Amino acid sequence: MISFSFLTEPPKEGMTKGGIFPAIIGTLYLTILSVLFAFPIGVLSAIYLIEYAKESILVTIIRTAIGTLAGVPSIIFGLFGLAIFVITFGFGVSILSGSLTLGIMILPVIIKASEEAIKAVPKSFREASYALGATKRQTILKVIIPTAMPGIMTGAIMSIGRAAGETAPILFTAATFYTRRLPKSIFDEVMALPYHIYALMTEGTSPEYQVPIAYGTAVVLLGLVLIISSVSIIIRYRMRRKKKW
Amino acid sequence: MVKNGLKVEKLNLWFADKHILKDISFSIPDKKITAVIGPSGCGKTTLLRCFNRMNDMADNLRIKGKIILDDYNIYEEKVELSSLRMKVGMVFQKPNPFPKSIYENVAFGLHIKGIKDRSKVLGIIEKSLKDAWLWEEVKDRLSSSAMELSGGQQQRLCIARALATNPEVILFDEPTSALDPQATAKIEELIVELKNSVTVVQVTHNIGQAARISDYTAFLYLGELVEFGTTEKLFTVPQDKRTEEYLEGKFG
Repeated sequence: MISFSFLTEPPKEGMTKGGIFPAIIGTLYLTILSVLFAFPIGVLSAIYLIEYAKESILVTIIRTAIGTLAGVPSIIFGLFGLAIFVITFGFGVSILSGSLTLGIMILPVIIKASEEAIKAVPKSFREASYALGATKRQTILKVIIPTAMPGIMTGAIMSIGRAAGETAPILFTAATFYTRRLPKSIFDEVMALPYHIYALMTEGTSPEYQVPIAYGTAVVLLGLVLIISSVSIIIRYRMRRKKKW
Repeated sequence: MVKNGLKVEKLNLWFADKHILKDISFSIPDKKITAVIGPSGCGKTTLLRCFNRMNDMADNLRIKGKIILDDYNIYEEKVELSSLRMKVGMVFQKPNPFPKSIYENVAFGLHIKGIKDRSKVLGIIEKSLKDAWLWEEVKDRLSSSAMELSGGQQQRLCIARALATNPEVILFDEPTSALDPQATAKIEELIVELKNSVTVVQVTHNIGQAARISDYTAFLYLGELVEFGTTEKLFTVPQDKRTEEYLEGKFG
């Protein structure tokens, strides 16, 4: 099933022939954008929770909410995205809505991993920084975040696989069954690999041609996650190599 | 510039309800090595951390009294912590270089200070590393990680890092307790050399070390300053019975 044309051509003839190129591009868009949304918010939340938040009812509520968020079924995120991003904010069924929805879904993973990474920074580094006259902000920016970065990256890598593979959150917010053209902006709807598999398996009219395409798509999806993760792992490894302690 | 060293006046410190430092007053002479000795838990590290206000970060802490540096009380409100800590550097018990390059470690304080000019930074780094006796060993690999250095080298790097901001005082918190005897000997020699340019206050567990390198010694016991004087006098003719007993190894 997997061939060069399978990877580079759009679907043809009622999706019984051709490739899955638009779905690959769609999934790349959704995954990368969702991590771009969730990463800064997640890291900043973790910094707030560890470095600034004092014990208070509000902070307890925030922590509980983050924990709960991690356990919410993904279809709920899909409905939430539909209600908030697609309808209320008027982004429509689009890459933007889909990646924001995915971003919210992966947020708890990134926050948790960042919190652990920040907590793991040895106290002696903070003390050294303060003793050299650094303020709290300078210590966080120059010492704590760089030191915690490999751990934070681990959270981001874990979330990439999840964002790329989830179907339910993009079901109502970003994915479309079939489009030949590639998205021109983040306000376009896109094909996406997991949704493509789902669509072929449930709505296909000629399964004898479409089931093999679905399986081929699954292999491509796995390969894609593997590639994105490998790149991130290499980046993390390079960061870590400089920093043993 | 005339400097008067550090003067401690009626310093009291409480952690929650615990009275850790009790009415301590003494003067630390300029450009000399002053050792603070005493059994564990006597408050010597806490006292040391008062000089650069590192204790400020702890909760439930109360401090009364004054520490005078260059004619002003460092506990006054208008004192900027950042500039105080550049004036009063600190070297810790365990070497704690940042997981960054040797260059970045020494440049850290300079970047905090806002000195960006590269040739100026390089000049200060070279001087600091030379003053910490590390230059010859690292001059060809300033960009490699500080974590690759040996323990003794790391501690000298920490000294260079503290020297880079041109401090008047350097506080040493048992700087050799995590090092082997050879590295310890080198650090001790280095500290003796440093007193030509800075005032050194050193906390130590090691009575021998205090006797070897310090000019003045303060003996702290249960939060009280029992005795303070020249090292020679304190070790040969201690005035207080507790000092004598501690030096003889009867407790501690």
